[in-house]
Amino acid sequence: MSSVWIDLAYLVAVILFVLGLKGLTHPRTAVRGNLMGAAAMLLAVVVTLFDQQIVGFWLIILGVIVGSGIGAVLATRIAMTAMPQLVALFNGFGGGASVLVAGAALAAGDSVTAKDVIIATAASGFIGAVTFSGSLVAFAKLQELDFIEGISIPYQQWVNAGAAAVCLFLGLLLVLHPEYDTLYWLMAILALGLGVSLVISIGGADMPVVIALLNSYSGLAASATGFVLSNNVLIVAGSLVGASGLILTRIMCDAMNRSLANVLFGTLAPSGGGGESADEVYANVKSTSADEVAMLLDVAQRVVIVPGYGMAVAQAQHTVSDLADALIDRQVRVEFGIHPVAGRMPGHMNVLLAEADVPYDLLREMDDINPTMGQVDVAIVLGANDVVNPLARTDPNSPIAGMPIIDVDKARTVIVIKRSLSPGFAGIPNPLFAAENTLMLFGDGRAAVSDILKAVKEG
Amino acid sequence: MLDISTMTLLAAETSGSSMLLLTVFVLAIFVGFEIITKIPPTLHTPLMSGSNAISGITLIGALLSAGADIHWFANLLGFLAVVMATVNVVGGFMVTNRMLEMFRRKE
Repeated sequence: MSSVWIDLAYLVAVILFVLGLKGLTHPRTAVRGNLMGAAAMLLAVVVTLFDQQIVGFWLIILGVIVGSGIGAVLATRIAMTAMPQLVALFNGFGGGASVLVAGAALAAGDSVTAKDVIIATAASGFIGAVTFSGSLVAFAKLQELDFIEGISIPYQQWVNAGAAAVCLFLGLLLVLHPEYDTLYWLMAILALGLGVSLVISIGGADMPVVIALLNSYSGLAASATGFVLSNNVLIVAGSLVGASGLILTRIMCDAMNRSLANVLFGTLAPSGGGGESADEVYANVKSTSADEVAMLLDVAQRVVIVPGYGMAVAQAQHTVSDLADALIDRQVRVEFGIHPVAGRMPGHMNVLLAEADVPYDLLREMDDINPTMGQVDVAIVLGANDVVNPLARTDPNSPIAGMPIIDVDKARTVIVIKRSLSPGFAGIPNPLFAAENTLMLFGDGRAAVSDILKAVKEG
Repeated sequence: MLDISTMTLLAAETSGSSMLLLTVFVLAIFVGFEIITKIPPTLHTPLMSGSNAISGITLIGALLSAGADIHWFANLLGFLAVVMATVNVVGGFMVTNRMLEMFRRKE
């Protein structure tokens, strides 16, 4: 096949990628959008095989079989609650592939001579390596692998800055002396270290930002590889992903009222001297039982359920869905209030509730549900903490001051289902738990909701 | 380090097509911003895993490195890249499809 036909096919693939990504932005068109993306990828792969540069097929066939097998098994076996770590893992592999492709182009030699191509090679290796190791660390943290816990790097900001500066220097040397590919690999190894160091100290609740950002990086790495190979389809597909990841990153940062720099490099400031201690705040906590909650629900007309990461941990989504169904059968209006950063990745709660067959029109966004919170009879908070902490509104010195929250405290009665009074990620007490209209139901999320469900059905 | 003469050298040795590629890159970023603003939060996760699968497009480059008649080391790197990129692509599209089917079921 002549290169004109290959380029035309690539153009078709690019169009399909754009349309596919557009499809992913609406629930009705999303399945088709994803299939268009997959078709575009298939087309791009198939026409590439007709490229005259390709003479041997065994390595390709073997690689595709091994990779497809691993990918398919992971994609079909993984539990929905483990989705954040799976996305992190896939993302890392994309970044790793960019490092290797740019390295291969360098090792192949003769085609790579122009300075701009070497710059792209260095960029591809650098971004790809940071994406690879950063994503693997994010995976390990999300999977809660023990060895990753509690590791901290002394003088971290300086280590990061130093590693980045040395990477830049090595990249520059490589541009001036492309004949030494060792420089490339040294830079890539150092960038791997930088990726680890950047992500290792980032806490669980900030993971949505990190995953979105790494997603963006993997796209930019693919784009850089496209510059190395002068290949438009890589450049366009990569930059689409880069842009989409950046948008998600910004949405996540806005939802926490924090800047990207603060999430990546800062730590949440410990609450100043003005903050009350947990004992003072929790002096008047009232606890309740499943039966009492069932009685409240029995007379309620409008119920809002606010899930958080705790729902994922307790695998409570199916039980919650059953409870919602039971209440809807009793003519109660039930909605779910979803905070943008609830969970460990953007949209995490929505996926879990979709898995449990909760119709997506019951899932309401924060800005949508807050104005009507005053008319809600019972708000049930399940495994969420900081995203419903009223201190964000009331205490300007609090570390979460200004963060948009779901105003559950305005509901007539608030039921908080939680194992204990332990603080959330921000490490501050939550006055909601001791509020006049709040009842605490202590226990495992799934068991507690299941008890409520039983009591509702008996009542 | 990077004095004026190196800079001119860099500019001089820049291959002609790279400005065109840069133009494509910048325009594509704008297209990306335009089509993805206003995603409903419901679809954040599938959008992320779907776009993640698209970033596995590096597979194209991996195929060229694995199959070309070049140094064996470059072929080996290409092979490893094919494995990684295929995991990303196949796994990414499949898991996105699995999630989206869950969203569609209730229609």
